[in-house]
Amino acid sequence: MRPFDYRRAETLDSVAEGGRIIAGGTNLLDLMKLQVEIPDTLVDINRIAGLDRIEPQGEGLRIGALVTNTEVAADPRIRAGYPVLARAILAGASGQIRNKATTGGNLLQRTRCPYFYDPAMACNKREPGAGCSAQGGVGRMLAVFGTSDACLAAHPSDMAVGLRVLEARVEVRGTDGATRQLALEDFYCLPGDRPDIESVVQPGEIITAVILPAPVAGSVQSYRKVRDRASYAFALVSVAAVATMRDGRIDHLSLAYGSVAPRPWGDDAVTDALVGQAPDAGLFRRAADRLTAGHTPHPDAAYKLPLLRRSLQSVLHEVTGLSEAAIGTDKAEAFA
Amino acid sequence: MTFDFKMDQPQPRLLDSTRQGLIGTDMARPEGLLKVTGAAAYAADHLPEGCVHGMLVRATVTRGRVTAIDEGSIGDIPGLLGVFHGPKFIRNPAQGMAGESPIRPDTEVHFHGQPIALVVAETFEAAREGALRLAVTYESAPAEVDPETASEVESDEPDTRGDWDDAWGKAAARVDLTFRTAGHVSAAMEPHAAVAEWQGENLLLRGALQMVATNRLELADALGVEPERVRVVSPFVGGGFGSKLGIGPEAVAASVAARDLGRPVRVVMARQTVFDAVLRRTETRQRLRLAADADGKLLALAHDDRISNLPGEGFAEPVSSASRFTYDALAMHFAQEVARNHRTPSGSVRAPGEAVGMITLEVAMDMLAQLLDIDPLDLRLKNVATSHPMTGQAFGEQRLADCLTEGARRFGWADRPAPGTRSEGDWLIGAGMAAAARPNALQESSARVRLTPWGAVVETDMTDIGTGTYAILTQIAGEMLGLPAERVEVRLADSDFPRSPGSGGSFGASSSGSAVFMAAKGIREKLARTLGCDPDDLALQDGIARGGNVERSLADLIDGELGETATVGPGKTAETHASAGFGAHFAEVAVHRWTGEIRVRRMLGLFDIGRVLNERTARGQALGGMIWGMGGALHEALEHDPRTGHIANRDLANYHVAAHADVPGDITADFLPVRDDHANPMQSKGVGELGISGSGAAILNAVHDACGARLLSIPATPDKVIAAMEEG
Repeated sequence: MRPFDYRRAETLDSVAEGGRIIAGGTNLLDLMKLQVEIPDTLVDINRIAGLDRIEPQGEGLRIGALVTNTEVAADPRIRAGYPVLARAILAGASGQIRNKATTGGNLLQRTRCPYFYDPAMACNKREPGAGCSAQGGVGRMLAVFGTSDACLAAHPSDMAVGLRVLEARVEVRGTDGATRQLALEDFYCLPGDRPDIESVVQPGEIITAVILPAPVAGSVQSYRKVRDRASYAFALVSVAAVATMRDGRIDHLSLAYGSVAPRPWGDDAVTDALVGQAPDAGLFRRAADRLTAGHTPHPDAAYKLPLLRRSLQSVLHEVTGLSEAAIGTDKAEAFA
Repeated sequence: MTFDFKMDQPQPRLLDSTRQGLIGTDMARPEGLLKVTGAAAYAADHLPEGCVHGMLVRATVTRGRVTAIDEGSIGDIPGLLGVFHGPKFIRNPAQGMAGESPIRPDTEVHFHGQPIALVVAETFEAAREGALRLAVTYESAPAEVDPETASEVESDEPDTRGDWDDAWGKAAARVDLTFRTAGHVSAAMEPHAAVAEWQGENLLLRGALQMVATNRLELADALGVEPERVRVVSPFVGGGFGSKLGIGPEAVAASVAARDLGRPVRVVMARQTVFDAVLRRTETRQRLRLAADADGKLLALAHDDRISNLPGEGFAEPVSSASRFTYDALAMHFAQEVARNHRTPSGSVRAPGEAVGMITLEVAMDMLAQLLDIDPLDLRLKNVATSHPMTGQAFGEQRLADCLTEGARRFGWADRPAPGTRSEGDWLIGAGMAAAARPNALQESSARVRLTPWGAVVETDMTDIGTGTYAILTQIAGEMLGLPAERVEVRLADSDFPRSPGSGGSFGASSSGSAVFMAAKGIREKLARTLGCDPDDLALQDGIARGGNVERSLADLIDGELGETATVGPGKTAETHASAGFGAHFAEVAVHRWTGEIRVRRMLGLFDIGRVLNERTARGQALGGMIWGMGGALHEALEHDPRTGHIANRDLANYHVAAHADVPGDITADFLPVRDDHANPMQSKGVGELGISGSGAAILNAVHDACGARLLSIPATPDKVIAAMEEG
């Protein structure tokens, strides 16, 4: 780890003076030890008042950027109205890490692509223009959607997938003190030829909160994370769903997919084609095929397409009641 | 070496008649409190006065030569003391029991990740920064890194028995499969560490090591000093699993730097360095052929394999080791190819051979049972070898059939539902079983036991790598000398102590234990003489000696101190009898019908390990092995970059060992009451590696039972399971 300056920010205004923000540090410290990140200055935001609360906002909730993952997952309002978010968070990391990791930090965590982590290997995310070692390298965990020639890396967050399926918005405070709100798909940037730019947050800016809309009353929610071992592993793929049924048909449906793209992924055409339909295995199979059609990922990650299709069908069966869920179910009902 | 005792014939079962009641109990580790309170000082916990810190630098080319190391590139780091490299540095850890220095490549690079230099600084942080930033230039050479396409492949004459074509030709059922296993890393919790301290011409090396006697020779040889000048101590080791059998680059580098600087130097490998630079378990490609008659009697068994290692590195994973003696067949065939490549070199990782070979044999047996429509349990019982098929030796004791039948009874094997008929929601449930086998050996070993009025002190250079050596040697000495555990002190892992083989090959407990046993037996004979009775009539318990109608306290019998040093070694029984541990595994799994995730719900292992020395530590070993077997079957895989050969998943977040959540709550390991009279004077056998042998096969066979997917490549991750389900 290289020596760095440490500054404690007491107010949001002082964040604008620049420096690398540290909150929980669960990802940043690892990267600093490996010299993947070499900040000159760390700005500790943990003492800034007012960012550590979950508060009602309109019919929804406002989750401060410093609320820990553990606190979000345990909050009774989250568990009742947004169980998919609680489940997504609890599917991630470990208890110790969730106790430290914050809402804002989770959103800004970096990819776990092994070539990003290894300074001896070329990586456009670390050093734009250096090349992408994942091309032609090993890549079971790489993305299958939204990649570019410059970068194949996937965003690893579970929480962000839960936020996307809930249509949450991220509040970002600009250097001028003004805030703006962004949907998840607008908050993250696709890599293009600048994979080092991962979100719209500019230097000196800070995430202040995540805003959840009103709970979807009576919805069934599910977060299905498929991974190589039962705990403490990043998703191979994940599927988040929020659904309501009316008269035997899908009335409301929201879907998001994790670990398959540089950001939590969504596909409106797939979702729209399901709304208004009666649940049916053939319908779900066609939706899954549509989701993955036309993509040719890195050969090591090619399995993610059939795995995602199967996972989506499984979740759709579950949230629409087409099949009985049993042990180990991911399903939960939301109460407004 | 002169032997006080050679195992030439079966010995009386003395431990069955001694009275202290310590042996075989589940006595807790005497050092346990030190460990859980952080008071046990592991190698890197020692910071002698003036100690400075070193960090290893890795090569970032696969093959070639270091042409320049630019110390100026890190000259700005405050507290930097120097960059060390050169002809004494070793390329990789010594292979187990080598007793001499590994290759010292000087400026040559033979694999990406090879330690090529040591940066030393006043602080750990500065050393680490320097190691990461140091500018090194190379001259690169082409390197092969894929064992499948290697141009240099070595093979020996196959080991064979019988007429293969005849046996294969007349079979009613045949299995011919190719099975692939990924490479493994030991991933011990304590990373490799060394603290080197010179006192004049003498070196004290505190290390994380499994075999201090040979480690001392290896270190002395690498440094070019007399072994008498080197003392190696390693009293607490946070896991070894084979990765600490030989002296490592951290110890040699620390010693070189410490001598030059005139200050103690501590080197701890970063976790990534452990992956890069410590010997891995080779990946394997195996071909397993079985042929049987219609009744399920094996006619032919062939187990051929391809493994890999660096050119010239003299270790070859003995993949087919247990396939040679678990079952009997008229014709047998074992052949091995070693593909030479420039990946991190391979060496011993827990249960070399059986960990990857037995899973293949036992999956093949399951497939044969399916072909013949015979219960997999019955197929095995029909074919259990009654003598070693390849050598003709009798087994000292071999209770595989009892493990299979009794294990099946405890598991409820006969009551399991028909394959593919059980589900809970989207989870498909199945059961599977497999046999376990692992060779056992007695190795030369010495120990000194001193009896004083206070109690007994045991000294041997044997190590305790978390396995329970302190406990079992306490029990053996206490049992033999009639002392409660608190009056026995065991001192280990100092190369100044009498020499043992150390921890490895599952032979440590029986070998070092036999030395303690024989030394204590010598003391018993002296006590009997003093007491005036026949040694056979001597009874010792709680510090009281009884014999010939006389009863006296031990303290009264001893004038100062009674000492005995014993050296034991293998003898004629090792030629006349084959010795191995055996066992049976049973598993129940759930497979998700959509995602292919596997969850193990129940595991049961029943083992024949001869006499159990400590119920608790033996069970810990067996359970740990079973869990690793599960992890190997389901999770663990080194991923090598196809261009450089380097290990891409170099940390424990990306290299998956089984997490707690993967281990079923319902997991049992138990032992049959067995005595192997031909193994050693205590009638015990090794347990450290037996549990891993076959455990993964029981799980894969259960997966097939659950969902019909036959996994022939491990780890069986969801991608492979759904592919197999879609095929099948």
